[in-house]
Amino acid sequence: MAFTLTINGQSRNVEVEGDTPLLWVLRDALNMVGTKFGCGAAQCGACTVHLDGVPVRACVTPVRRVGTKAVTTIEGVGSDPVGARVQEAWKTIDVPQCGYCQAGQIMAATALLTAKPRPTDADIDAAMNGNLCRCATYNRIRSAIKAASGQEV
Amino acid sequence: MDKRLASPSRRLFLQTSAAVGGGLLLSFNLPAAGRAAEAAAPSRLNAFVRIARDGTVTIAAKRAEIGQGMKTTLPMLIAEELDVDWAQVRIEQAPVDNAVYGDQWAGGSMSTPQEWEPTRRVGAVARALLIAAAAQRWGLPAAGLVTEPGVVIDPAGKRRLAYGELVEAAAKLPVPDPQALTLKDPARYRIIGKAHPQSDNPAIVTGQPLYGLDVRLPGMLYATFLKAPVFGARVDRVDLAPALAVKGVRAAFVVEGGTALDGLLPGVAVVADSWWTARKGRQALEVVWTDHPASGQSSVAMAARAAELARQAPQRVMRQEGNVETALAGAAKVVEAAYHYPFLAHATLEPQNCTAAWKDGKVEIWAPAQDPEEGRGLVARTLGVAPGDVTIHLTRSGGGFGRRLMNDYMVEAAWIARQAGAPTQLIWSREDDTRHDFYRPAGWHNLTAGLDAQGALVAWRSHAVSFGEGDKFVRAAEVDASQFPARAVANHLQTVSTLPLAVPTGWLRAPGNNAFGWVFQSFIDELAHASGQDPVAFRRRLLGEPRALGKPGGWDNLDTGRMRGVLDRAAEMAGWGRAVAKGTGLGIAAHFSHLGYVAVVIEASVGDDGTPVVHKAWAAVDVGRQILNPSGAEQQVQGSVLDAIGSTLRQKITLENGAVVEGNFGDYPLLRFAEAPPVEVAFVLSDHPPTGLGEPAYPPTPPALCNALFAATGKRIRTLPIGDQLA
Repeated sequence: MAFTLTINGQSRNVEVEGDTPLLWVLRDALNMVGTKFGCGAAQCGACTVHLDGVPVRACVTPVRRVGTKAVTTIEGVGSDPVGARVQEAWKTIDVPQCGYCQAGQIMAATALLTAKPRPTDADIDAAMNGNLCRCATYNRIRSAIKAASGQEV
Repeated sequence: MDKRLASPSRRLFLQTSAAVGGGLLLSFNLPAAGRAAEAAAPSRLNAFVRIARDGTVTIAAKRAEIGQGMKTTLPMLIAEELDVDWAQVRIEQAPVDNAVYGDQWAGGSMSTPQEWEPTRRVGAVARALLIAAAAQRWGLPAAGLVTEPGVVIDPAGKRRLAYGELVEAAAKLPVPDPQALTLKDPARYRIIGKAHPQSDNPAIVTGQPLYGLDVRLPGMLYATFLKAPVFGARVDRVDLAPALAVKGVRAAFVVEGGTALDGLLPGVAVVADSWWTARKGRQALEVVWTDHPASGQSSVAMAARAAELARQAPQRVMRQEGNVETALAGAAKVVEAAYHYPFLAHATLEPQNCTAAWKDGKVEIWAPAQDPEEGRGLVARTLGVAPGDVTIHLTRSGGGFGRRLMNDYMVEAAWIARQAGAPTQLIWSREDDTRHDFYRPAGWHNLTAGLDAQGALVAWRSHAVSFGEGDKFVRAAEVDASQFPARAVANHLQTVSTLPLAVPTGWLRAPGNNAFGWVFQSFIDELAHASGQDPVAFRRRLLGEPRALGKPGGWDNLDTGRMRGVLDRAAEMAGWGRAVAKGTGLGIAAHFSHLGYVAVVIEASVGDDGTPVVHKAWAAVDVGRQILNPSGAEQQVQGSVLDAIGSTLRQKITLENGAVVEGNFGDYPLLRFAEAPPVEVAFVLSDHPPTGLGEPAYPPTPPALCNALFAATGKRIRTLPIGDQLA
């Protein structure tokens, strides 16, 4: 089936089965490999993207359900000022170890800071608990979120 | 690990040549055994350092990057001695060629101890060549010239030549003996010892292609590979038609495979135009697997057999000092305990994957791998090609933890791509990854200790039940009989009995130590409490006077003074002895592994539902006199501590009917954000060469946690994971 998606502000046409998860549409049909495959079951958050600004797990989001919602991925989140601040904090605080989960972490953190510009520790816990980091960079993720929101690290 | 330890002694060979497009190429040549002749051919050489006319310095990162930061840290060593501004440095992953680059594997926390000296000399040689070129230009002796980042300066301090202006002349000069060069005084370091974010961070945070899964080739197809749930079972029969009927599936075929659990195993490959399609094709298959003797294996049966063995005389003596039976008979107090830990999976967040493309009988491979040179050999042997016809490109790895020291997924990708007749990316599902790992072996330890009337440890007897047959252990199931308190207690006996195992096992972060550290440091805690002594004071007494317990430089050369140093520091950081709330406890443990010393204190309590809550962790670390990159170093310690907390709380791999039960993160849970405590890290500097940090902070963490929970609840955890034992 043909689908027209709006991804990072651009209109993209793809020809895939309607049950294909958005993750594989991005990665295999569009060669946008920044969104990562970790579990395929919405358990790790590595595939987190935004649909109209709301974080979702692309690995369990069939493309036919995306409709006209604006898709934002790690490749495009930097054009949003909040996303850019989060990326900058991630770099300077040196959050990544292996880095594989960090696209999903950044997407989750950007959604959090957009909704709550100065999140409490409890807000951060709630927003980030669905995103696994196998290297366990959690201490630095917390610091980076605080830094990106102008709070004391 | 012995073979690994032997490699730092290799001689250095250095050569230079003119770089394409101008610039200095400095090759740092460490020929692998048997490949020296090949290495001597200039056509085989590649560069470590390239300097462009504009002064941009490109440095090759030789080791696999798995999240341990060596892609940044090793170039830092070169840049320091070369004397360049770090902002001018670009980093490239080196091609996989041990003949040119020496060891490129990542494991055993060995990159730092192996590279510390030779890698700095690579930079020093390049700098010496640039100085020599300036000396020639000015007609001055080289000895008086100095450098500042990126420039050579004359003795009067008046004339300056940028490196970019000197490279072409420098590349034509004879290469000095690297051993004859004086390395920089650490007091003058500008780069080493300063925190440097990882060089790949800009690409990571913007989602640029870096990992194995990000490889894209023209005409590339995607594959899944369905293997038997029972390790090594073969395909008895399968109808491929339902898979081939799925739109987009290009091929489906049986791979005969072999019987070696670390080689190409039998299975069914489905190749399609997207991975989702390949997966659909696979789900349409009904495979009948052959009966396999390993289908009788189960965790329950193994535990029963281990308990029988524990009641019998041990099969082998691993280490014996003094007379443990006499000492136990004369002890004022005898304490006994049995400990058990489970199989564990690595669960790298990037599932195993590999991309392969064949052309004219040669294969090109893109792989996230920790030991790519081993993979080249495995591919060559299995597919019947010359090792020279296997080219491997290392991608960044989405986690390693020892999993990618094995190259099973690499040989699968090479085989499937050849049969598919197109470049193919093999991707394992999460369930494939969990159920076809090389597991940290389970184990059972039966301990007996004797204390004298003054509470001194006088006898230590340990009967370990591990996996193997005869004198051989299965991979990573070796019983290391040098583990503390061996050699610190007069009467010591370490024995072992083994069970056969037909499950693939492998190295997981701090192999052996990740289990032994928990068992022995937990039992030492039991002894402290049994004799009414403070756990820190008891450990200090056991460590005794500062002394080395093994041979200098040896893997087992525990220095009791360094151990005491981290023990005291961790206790101080955590405020050991302070009053804590009722139901909260502090626990401590200290362990030596991978040449590093780490003591961890954990503060923990138990929630109303019985869930352990870790409030905070403190880690004191002695890995020598110099921390190479403090940012990465802190990360490795924090990551190791939190990794170990996660596995201790909830992780286990269960075998039933010869197959692994767990499949995804729902039943193999990693530590999550909200339960991760802050981890405070301090480095205790000691006058020893720097050593690695990927592993040594793991082993003391599980016992520190269980000791804290004992202090909090009075309940001793002797079986891992903790799970709901405190509910």
